[in-house]
Amino acid sequence: MFGVPAQALYGQILLGLINGSFYALLSLGLAVIFGMLNVINFAHGALYMLGAFAAWFALNLFGIDYWWSLLLAPLVVGLVGAVIERVFLARIKNLDHLYGLLLTFGLALIIEGGFRHVYGSSGQAYGTPEELRGAVNLGFMIMPKYRGWVVIASLIVCFATWFIIEKTRLGAYLRAATENPKLVQAFGINVPLMITLTYAGGVALAGFAGVLAAPIYQVSPLMGTNLIIVVFAVVVVGGMGSIMGSIVTGYMLGVLEGLTKVFYPQASSIVIFVIMAVVLLARPAGLFGRGD
Amino acid sequence: MAEPLLKIENLHAYYGESHALQGVSLEVNEGETVTLLGRNGAGKTTTLRSIIGILDDRRGSIRFRGQELVGLPSHKIGRAGIGYVPEERGIFASLTVDENLLLPPRVADGGMSVAEIFELFPNLEERRSSPGTKLSGGEQQMLAMARVLRTGARLLLLDEPTEGLAPVIVQRIGEVIAMLRGKGFTIILVEQNFRFAAKLADRHYVMEDGHVVDTFPNSALEEKSEALHKFLGV
Ligand SMILES: Nc1ncnc2c1ncn2[C@@H]1O[C@H](COP(=O)(O)OP(=O)(O)O)[C@@H](O)[C@H]1O
Ligand SMILES: [Mg+2]
Repeated sequence: MFGVPAQALYGQILLGLINGSFYALLSLGLAVIFGMLNVINFAHGALYMLGAFAAWFALNLFGIDYWWSLLLAPLVVGLVGAVIERVFLARIKNLDHLYGLLLTFGLALIIEGGFRHVYGSSGQAYGTPEELRGAVNLGFMIMPKYRGWVVIASLIVCFATWFIIEKTRLGAYLRAATENPKLVQAFGINVPLMITLTYAGGVALAGFAGVLAAPIYQVSPLMGTNLIIVVFAVVVVGGMGSIMGSIVTGYMLGVLEGLTKVFYPQASSIVIFVIMAVVLLARPAGLFGRGD
Repeated sequence: MAEPLLKIENLHAYYGESHALQGVSLEVNEGETVTLLGRNGAGKTTTLRSIIGILDDRRGSIRFRGQELVGLPSHKIGRAGIGYVPEERGIFASLTVDENLLLPPRVADGGMSVAEIFELFPNLEERRSSPGTKLSGGEQQMLAMARVLRTGARLLLLDEPTEGLAPVIVQRIGEVIAMLRGKGFTIILVEQNFRFAAKLADRHYVMEDGHVVDTFPNSALEEKSEALHKFLGV
């Protein structure tokens, strides 16, 4: 097509889907947190990094393998999140939203700075789990197994999260508390606890993404910083607070970025920001935002 | 004499700097329906918000079944068995009618079943899967009431349930409140329309500028009507 070899095209689409998987997981967590806490969680990238490091520590200190880490690291990150919410965010919830942003930004600097102090800025290798080494021939392309797994795992977790929020009783509490927390609490629901768990759940998604990322990218203190900037652009495009919006936009922009690499490589690192600017001009609430 | 179900003493409530309730005292006995009358801004809504704890900047004493509510977080107050139907109705836009209805957890035995609720409010059943705020104003009011009837709460706080509704719907809501009263619910009803309130209440409290300025049984309503006209500004 257009003189582009099909292999290269498929390869970039796959890469785009993988990046999109991370965009979707991370922006989903940001959207959940923003909806409930009205906090733009700048610590998200640092907690993603923490997830990757948790897996790395688990393997190197305790011999805990990838699969267990996929379960445990998000729990650890979620726990850290719960502490952050209770100790810091809960105390500033009546202040302007800017304080939440500043606070989480400060936390990100501290967490990332602390890790950089100990581990430097170079990365630590994390091996691909045995079961997922090698590649499969899909007929039209050769796909490394681990990359396929990343896309599938991310899709499953994103849609499970969407399902919980949109289709279950617990999700109804969440949606209601996003609209009118005081009334939900007056009905007898422990909303402060729900807020803590929401923040923990949102950052656990980032921790999960961190473990998924560990075998692909290296485990490094700054792995979250670059990624999170793109993720914020994704969130702006999708519309802050929309669950399905952040999932769809995450994958869509990942693929679009991949395609740009094929057709106009010079623009590939800025295409998402260009789209963000256009969307901000045309639909300031984002593609899926409710605009209120 | 037994302690009243709800006893408020010297209640002060604040919105930031603004001192909205300035020493409100009132009592409601089990099974009674009392109204709070008074013109806009008198502090009726604030009184209900203070009881349920949505407004937590409050001082004084609110005892419900002997338990002090001032200082409790709002979810514990809801759990204690108080059902709140707010003035703005509080129907959730992102929830369907069904989800709105099922949202408040059961706090005591003896709440109505969903089937009984749909018998009472047949309109709601037809709209079960619509988003809550797609309902008409009257249907939203019915949903707001239905929602707390499921929970088993025996003290109901109803804030202007007839505000802005068509006469047939006002009548329907009046029938429902009368039925609830017959079933032994204890009700605090905020109303502007005291003709409507007169048909339902045992007793009335009149509020003005954050104070209770008068209280009288329903039987005294006629002789009080002149004074009421002054207080209600009608
Ligand atoms: N959210 C609020 N913030 C600040 N002041 C309020 C708020 N709600 C009510 N008030 C003030 O508190 C007083 C009592 O109001 P309210 O309880 O709503 O009166 P009512 O329900 O009797 O009409 C009024 O002076 C009103 O302006
Ligand atoms: Mg009012």
